[in-house]
Amino acid sequence: MNFNNNILVKLNNAGFRQSEKWLVEGVSLTVEKGKIVTLIGPNGSGKSTTAKIALGIYKNIEGTVEKYTTKVGYVPQKISIDWTLPIRVYDFMLLTETIDDSAIDEALSLTGVIHLKNKNLGSLSGGEFQRVLIARAISKKPELLVLDEPVQGVDYTGEIALYELIKKISDTLNCGILLISHDLHMVMTATDHVVCLNGHVCCSGSPLDVAKNNEYKALFGEKASQILTTYEHKHDHVHSDEGEIKKN
Amino acid sequence: MFDDFFIRALVAGIGIAFVTGPLGCFVVWRRLSYFGDTLAHSALLGVTMAYTFDLNIAISVFLISSVIALILIQLQKKTNLPGDALLGLLAHSSLAVGLVVIGFLTFIRFDIMGLLFGDILAVTTDDLLVIWTGGALILIVLKLIWKPLLASTVNYELAEAEGLNPDRAKAIFTILMAAVIAISIKMVGLLLITGMLIIPAAMARNISDSPQKMVLFSIIGGLLSVILGLYSSLEFNTSSGPSIIAAALILFILSLFKIKQSIKLKN
Repeated sequence: MNFNNNILVKLNNAGFRQSEKWLVEGVSLTVEKGKIVTLIGPNGSGKSTTAKIALGIYKNIEGTVEKYTTKVGYVPQKISIDWTLPIRVYDFMLLTETIDDSAIDEALSLTGVIHLKNKNLGSLSGGEFQRVLIARAISKKPELLVLDEPVQGVDYTGEIALYELIKKISDTLNCGILLISHDLHMVMTATDHVVCLNGHVCCSGSPLDVAKNNEYKALFGEKASQILTTYEHKHDHVHSDEGEIKKN
Repeated sequence: MFDDFFIRALVAGIGIAFVTGPLGCFVVWRRLSYFGDTLAHSALLGVTMAYTFDLNIAISVFLISSVIALILIQLQKKTNLPGDALLGLLAHSSLAVGLVVIGFLTFIRFDIMGLLFGDILAVTTDDLLVIWTGGALILIVLKLIWKPLLASTVNYELAEAEGLNPDRAKAIFTILMAAVIAISIKMVGLLLITGMLIIPAAMARNISDSPQKMVLFSIIGGLLSVILGLYSSLEFNTSSGPSIIAAALILFILSLFKIKQSIKLKN
């Protein structure tokens, strides 16, 4: 039963096994409307697998997945297009849902690739393609957005802009986001809930809680923990005793 | 107007080209040409069935091809053999069994050449009915599964994640493949049906920049191949299947010039 109708997807002790090897096990997490949940963890820790369990791509899973939405946008980590198929960015935008031209233009403008609209998908660079992938996922105005390392290959300034965009989308569309990211700064600034994976959930909670967690420190090292904790204290203002805000 | 065998052949061929065009594109995109070949080879068994039990050839071929497709899917799940080995196994064994069965059916005179390479003289008014109603059904179903099929051709996981049910689309497409082979076997012949699926689509790939355009050009290419092929078949007294495929090949060669041009433009 779903008592909280903000819940979009809920994993209960979920796991997936491929040829007798657990890719990930015992994951419980909830994505709610307007919230960003971030999965972090080393390579092979089961981040993408967890995302695919949440999306229902893997069928024979342990545990259960409760999904309360069908409006899903997905940016996969790896996507290889077979070039026997001639397909333009415009056709790709219409791949899973029919949306009108203005929505396509809006999404492509938001990710900064409107000029590529009539280009062949095969002629794009890695970063351009990644921006198109994000545009496609957000153009259908999903309730649940699953982003598997969405900014890989994007230049540094673009990366920051795209993360800001993702944060903005979560606010304006009030959609829930399940994000996989290596960028710990991003994790700190925009995420509501962090799940740290290493074949299982090693710790989870608010970004600050996770940063202080000893298991997290063991996994990522003291330095990564410092990035998160010090970030929290980089305010541009201080609160006076009277409650006034003073700029630094 | 269908009294003339040539008009019948032309109407049949045009009906087939409308169906093989779009289906052929998916065969090319999804790399299924060997799969199409396997279904076509198994069609011989379907034809012998039709003669033995006095069934409609198209229906009989459709049933046998569908069964072969199901067996293939089961073998893929249950054995460790690679896909192309399984396809070869099914293609040649069903062709062989079909030929052996023909050997037993001594009371019927078979036009083996007609079966293998198509025979325009064999097209009856009933065949026209089968081709056009069957073809229309195939196209309607393809239109219905177009989105999930195209999306899963681009990326299976994307289609599955966004709720398009790609497995169902794939299963339906397999049945459509069996159906298109069933309606075109008399005209093109079982050795050359895959050519009718692939060559116009390959030609269209050279001159298209979107999936819809490729489907359109593939249909146009198929239509031209049928018309050119049948007229030359009449003129030179050649089998209809090879003549149609040869015409398609000429169109493909012409389309290569278009590629050369666009490469030059890029440089």
